[in-house]
Amino acid sequence: MLIYTLKRLLYVLPVAFGVSVVCFLLVHITPGDPLTAVMPIDASAEQQAAMRAAYGFDKPLPVQYVIWLGKVMIGDLGTSIASGRAVLTEVSRAVSNTLILSAVATAIGFFFGCLFGFVAGYYRGSPVDRLASALSVLGVSVPHYWLGMVLVIIFSVQLNWLPATGAGPGGSADWAWNWDHIRHLILPAITMSVIPMGVIARTIRALVAEILSQEFIQALAAKGMTDRGIFRHVVKNTAPTALAVMGLQLGYLLGGSILIETVFSWPGTGFLLNAAIFQRDLPLLQGTILVLAMFFVLLNLLVDVLQTALDPRIQRS
Amino acid sequence: MNDAAPMIDIRDLTVTFTGGRKPVHAVNGVTLSVQRGEVVALLGESGSGKSVTLRSLLNMHPKHRSRLNGSVIAAGQDVLKLSGRALADYRGRVASMIFQEPLLALDPVYTVGAQIVEAIRRHEKATLAVAQARALALLQKVRIPSPERRLQAFPHEMSGGMRQRAMIALALACNPQILLADEPTTALDATVQIQILLLLRELQRELGLTVILVTHDIGVAVEVADRVAVMYAGRIVETGPVREIIRNPRHPYTQGLLASRAHDAMSGARLDAIPGAPPDLAALPPGCAFAPRCRFSAAACLAEAPGSVAVGPQHSARCLRLAELAAA
Repeated sequence: MLIYTLKRLLYVLPVAFGVSVVCFLLVHITPGDPLTAVMPIDASAEQQAAMRAAYGFDKPLPVQYVIWLGKVMIGDLGTSIASGRAVLTEVSRAVSNTLILSAVATAIGFFFGCLFGFVAGYYRGSPVDRLASALSVLGVSVPHYWLGMVLVIIFSVQLNWLPATGAGPGGSADWAWNWDHIRHLILPAITMSVIPMGVIARTIRALVAEILSQEFIQALAAKGMTDRGIFRHVVKNTAPTALAVMGLQLGYLLGGSILIETVFSWPGTGFLLNAAIFQRDLPLLQGTILVLAMFFVLLNLLVDVLQTALDPRIQRS
Repeated sequence: MNDAAPMIDIRDLTVTFTGGRKPVHAVNGVTLSVQRGEVVALLGESGSGKSVTLRSLLNMHPKHRSRLNGSVIAAGQDVLKLSGRALADYRGRVASMIFQEPLLALDPVYTVGAQIVEAIRRHEKATLAVAQARALALLQKVRIPSPERRLQAFPHEMSGGMRQRAMIALALACNPQILLADEPTTALDATVQIQILLLLRELQRELGLTVILVTHDIGVAVEVADRVAVMYAGRIVETGPVREIIRNPRHPYTQGLLASRAHDAMSGARLDAIPGAPPDLAALPPGCAFAPRCRFSAAACLAEAPGSVAVGPQHSARCLRLAELAAA
C-alpha cells in the first residue's frame, strides 16, 4: 500500500511538469505581446524594451521558464495587473471559496446521486426507477446557468427567502460557517450539485444493476444473508467506482464553475477566471489555471489511493 | 423428526419461469426423496432442469418471475413455504450450496476469511475471535495449504482448486445437514476435479452429510454418488443405484448418455451422440419429451407422458416401451 502510494506520487511529477509548461506558454501563445495590455499605446521603442527587460521577456523562452518555475516554487505567482495584489493572495482566497462551494455541492450531489442510484438499481424497471432516472438525466442535461437563474427568480425574487448573489453579507469575501454566510451558499450549491448528482446516480444505477446480477449475490443469499447483509456487500462493491466518479466530479466543479459562479457572483476561481479573461490579466489567469490544474492532479492522486485501499484487485493484481 | 423420514422429500415439484414472453416449464413434476447420509447425483444435459430443482431446495427462485408447485421438505421444514427471516435462517444453516464457479460465487472485495466469518456470525452468536478460529479450522479441514495466510487472501489471489476448497469450507461453516453441489467440478482442471470429488466424498462420510450433486458428467456421478437420477426436460426419467444405472440402463435416454461417453470409445471411432437437441421448454410436446430424439419411439410415445415404472429394487424408469426394449 505504502509502496503503491509512493509510486503513484512519482507519476505526479511528469504530469505536474506538463501542466506547468502549458501554463507558462499560455502567456506566449495568446495573440499580441503580453505587455501590450499594460503599456500605454504611445510608448516608445526604448520604453518597450526597458519594460521587456524588467519583466524578463528579453531572455530565451527556456530561461524564462526556469526563472518563472523557480518563482512558482517559492509561491510567487506574480502580481495581478488589474488589482496590483499578489496573484497568490487572490487565487488562494478564490480557491477557498470555490472549495467550499464545490465540496458542499459534491456532498449534496453524492448523497442524492447515491440515493437515486441505489433505489433505481434495486428496483429496475419500476416507476421509482423511471422517476430517479428521469431526474438524473435532467440533472446532466439542464443548462446550469438557466437552473441557477430560475432558482434565483423563485427563491430570491418571488419568495425573498434567500440572497441571490455574493458569498456573505455586504459582499464580504471572507467565509465563515454561520447562517449569514450559509444562506448565500444554498442556491449556488444546489444549482451546482445537480451535475454530480446526475452523473453519480447514473453510474451507481448501472453498477448496482450489474452487481445484483452477479452470482455472488445468489451465493450470499444461499448462505443465509438477509437483504440488509447483502446490501452491505453491494455498497462495498460500488464504493471504489462511486468514489472515483465523485473525485472526478469534484475536480470538474473546482475548475468548471465559471457559469454558476458568474450567475451568483460567487467570489471563487470561476469568477476570478472570468474577470481575468475579460481584463486580459495574464499573470492572474496563468496563476489561477496553474493552481486549478494542480488541484485536479492531486485530487486524481487522492482518488487513486483511496480506490486502491477499497478494492483489493487494483493493488495486488 | 423420526429417523425413517427422508432428509429431503420433493413431491411433484414444478417450476415455471414467467419472466419471459412465454412461460418456460423448467421442472415438470419431480419427485425425489433422499435418505439421511445419502448422496444423489442429478444427471442431465444443459436445460434438463437439474440446477433449477437444486435451487428450489433453497427456495432461490425469484418470487415475481417464477411459479413453484408441489412440495419440498428438507430436514422436516417445508422449504417452499419459508420466507424472509425463516428462509434466511434455513439457508446455510440447514442446507447450503456449493456453486459451479467459485470465482463468481465469492464476493471479490472481501477476503475469504471474512466471508466465512460472516456466514458463521450470521447464524450463531460467536465472537469475532471464535468465528475466525472456526474459519481457520474449516480451511484446514478442506486442506488448503498455509490456511492462516489464505484467510487474508482475496478470491482472485487463489487458484481454481483452492477457491473451490474455500467455497466448500464456506458451505460447511455452519454445520449444515444438507449440502447441495451445483456442478462443483465443472470449472476445474481434470486433475483438480478428482481431488475435489474425493474431498467431497470424504467430508460427506465424516460429517454424515446428505448431498445432492448436479452434474452432466457420468464420471463425476460414479465417483461420489450412491444413487443417480437422470433428468430430461424437467423430469426424472430414470433413477437407481449408480452401479445399476451404469450396468443396466433402461431408459433410451440414459442408454444414449452412456453410449456418448468418450470413456470406452475406440480411438478414431465416432462418438455415439444422441441425435437432435433438447426440447424447447416453453413448448413441450404432450407425450414423452424424449420421443422426438428416441430411436425406439412409437406412435404411443408421442401421445401420452409415461409414468414411472419400477424395474428393479430402487430402480425405476419412465418409458412406455420398457418391457419391449428389455425383451429385444
